[in-house]
Amino acid sequence: MEAALKETKAVTKEISGADLLVRALEKENVEVIFGYPGGAVLPIYDKLYDSKILHVLPRHEQGGIHAAEGYARISGKPGVVIATSGPGATNIITGIADAMMDSLPLVIFTGQVATGVIGTDAFQEADILGITTPITKYNYQVREIKDIPRIIKEAFYIATSGRPGPVVIDFPKDLAAGFLQEPELADPEMRLPGYQPTTEPNYLQVRKLSEAVSKAKKPVILAGAGILHAKASALLKEYAEKQNIPVVHTLLGLGGFPAGHELFLGMAGMHGCYTANMALYHCDLLINIGARFDDRLTGNLQHFAPKATVAHIDIDPAEIGKNVATQIPVVGDAREALKQLQKLDGKPPQQQEWLETLGAWKNDYPFYYEENDVLKPQKVMELLYEKTAGEAIVVTDVGQHQMWAAQYYPFKTADRWVTSGGLGTMGFGLPASIGAQLADPEATVIAVLGDGGFQMSTQELAVIAEFQLPIKIAIFNNKALGMVRQWQEFFYQERYSHSKNPVQPSFVKLADAYGIKGYEIHSEAEAHTILNEVLHDNEPVLLDFRIDGAENVYPMIAPGKGIHEMVGVRK
Amino acid sequence: MKRIITITVLNRPGVLNRITNLFTKRNYNIESISVGLTELEGVSRMTCVVHVENDGMVEQITKQLNKQIDVLKVADISDQAIVARELALVKVPVLPQNRAEIYSLIEPFRASVIDVSKDSIIIQLTGETEKIEAFIELIKPYGIRELARTGTTAFPRGNQRTSQQKTYSFV
Repeated sequence: MEAALKETKAVTKEISGADLLVRALEKENVEVIFGYPGGAVLPIYDKLYDSKILHVLPRHEQGGIHAAEGYARISGKPGVVIATSGPGATNIITGIADAMMDSLPLVIFTGQVATGVIGTDAFQEADILGITTPITKYNYQVREIKDIPRIIKEAFYIATSGRPGPVVIDFPKDLAAGFLQEPELADPEMRLPGYQPTTEPNYLQVRKLSEAVSKAKKPVILAGAGILHAKASALLKEYAEKQNIPVVHTLLGLGGFPAGHELFLGMAGMHGCYTANMALYHCDLLINIGARFDDRLTGNLQHFAPKATVAHIDIDPAEIGKNVATQIPVVGDAREALKQLQKLDGKPPQQQEWLETLGAWKNDYPFYYEENDVLKPQKVMELLYEKTAGEAIVVTDVGQHQMWAAQYYPFKTADRWVTSGGLGTMGFGLPASIGAQLADPEATVIAVLGDGGFQMSTQELAVIAEFQLPIKIAIFNNKALGMVRQWQEFFYQERYSHSKNPVQPSFVKLADAYGIKGYEIHSEAEAHTILNEVLHDNEPVLLDFRIDGAENVYPMIAPGKGIHEMVGVRK
Repeated sequence: MKRIITITVLNRPGVLNRITNLFTKRNYNIESISVGLTELEGVSRMTCVVHVENDGMVEQITKQLNKQIDVLKVADISDQAIVARELALVKVPVLPQNRAEIYSLIEPFRASVIDVSKDSIIIQLTGETEKIEAFIELIKPYGIRELARTGTTAFPRGNQRTSQQKTYSFV
């Protein structure tokens, strides 16, 4: 009798909005939250005080959201972010746009002023729903406490299903602090009648693709990050091997296909390799799996795959035909499409001659650089590869070093590569490496950064020190915004307008200030010794590589040029 | 070319903002957009008239709209047998000497005068965009004091002449 009474009491107990939020996060098995407290989210933070979920406090909200992106990319799980209203929320806008462009699943909670004062320009009020509409997959503003469990369930589902992306939930303070009299703790029902992502591709289209493969003489697969999101690397390898079709990667797709494989041609695009770009130019059948024909990949569209029948497998129908006319559209998940293709067991193409041509190009036109007595960034990347046996997680910022990392760290497996591709966000690398390390604590994580990008998020060193994350921070220091400088050299008559950093702190002393070991490295010999010493330590380290400031990224397709018009292909 | 796109959406906060934002973001040119409730509770219908350069562009618009979580259905009904209507209110100054003349223009257009004052009248006109524009051209010489148009709203007819409906779904 007493027990029954107790039960009744428990059922009618009041529950706050913030409580509902934290419970929903626990139910979604959230392991880590990247958040920054503030006035409007105080009720939520009060509940987090008692929660077992790990909370990481970045030193700037932007660092928090980039860390969540790194976490999402490596773990495959949604990154969870909390920011307060107004400036807290506007500080994460860049990260939201970045996640939208690179299809990373994020669930973001922004505080909002109390419902009674929304629209009055209250203290720390900003129209986050309005601001984030064009850069989110979806966004919500909570209007009633009882909707909280349903909204959070929907948000996680939307962020992770179909083409992943960021979802924002704007949370007015009074609803977080307010109580619900009759809690509906049962599994809430989602109400998304307009959202049914197609994962199972149309059989007839897949058969059409299979037939096209059988007839092709110069087929090539262009594999994008869709392969990684769909966890289809193994299937891709199986299919490519069975049909003997060469594979080219986009920047974001790297790792989807093993780099050492004889069918792998390399990365294509503006700084891609000769063979990959020429394969796209000369192919007669282009099978795009999960790439979006970004302009940095295609170059001038008029010269992109001019002789090819284009097949495009994508989970997002709006990507098909957006930039490149497509004859065989296949809407669906890359894994499902590859499974169906396998099952069809089509006749392999007649491509022996094509494979020989590609093989000869691969042999004749590898990436190259000229060595002199100054430390070369490409050499540093090669050393990093060698000394980590190519098994590290590599996280980059944006610019020259990003391209060198993509070129000289050939990934053997999937989900070892974190980079800001679509939006090209400087300041991304350091915080993203924090998320990547938290997602895979055992892995060696190398944050490959430029001196410019590092200084955009230096403050996150504090998080690395706090959690003693054994991240290896490799700064490619040319005392310049290298990629800007390169473009000014090529296209603006060497007028280096504001691209050189005349004043720079000592990065080693800066690391020391945070209690992180640091080294300045000026030569290849030093690099050898120090890397041997520190790479396998279980503690963070900052490596300031003083690289050749005049080095450029080659090969390059100049803007407006076709994919076959590369410069700097060979010595 | 002009295309008429109808969009059925869940009537949730911010949905109109999401749709119009998409047009801005993707650089599409809207001529008119009209929104209203439907026979279903919580569901609204929008009719957009857009100007596009080619079929590819309208295909992109349709797909981008379809991708929105709140969008239930998108159809480009331009090539179907449709009824399309727009309502316009026109305030025109009238003088005793041209009153009869103005009224004689109103009648063939089956427009109606819904407000009369000492020196002006308000004319209400419904019909397809071309008809509205023809009327405005005719009435212009008399001076238009104010003009308000609702934008087109449209439906496919019950009976379709042919099955010309364009669909862009690959599934």
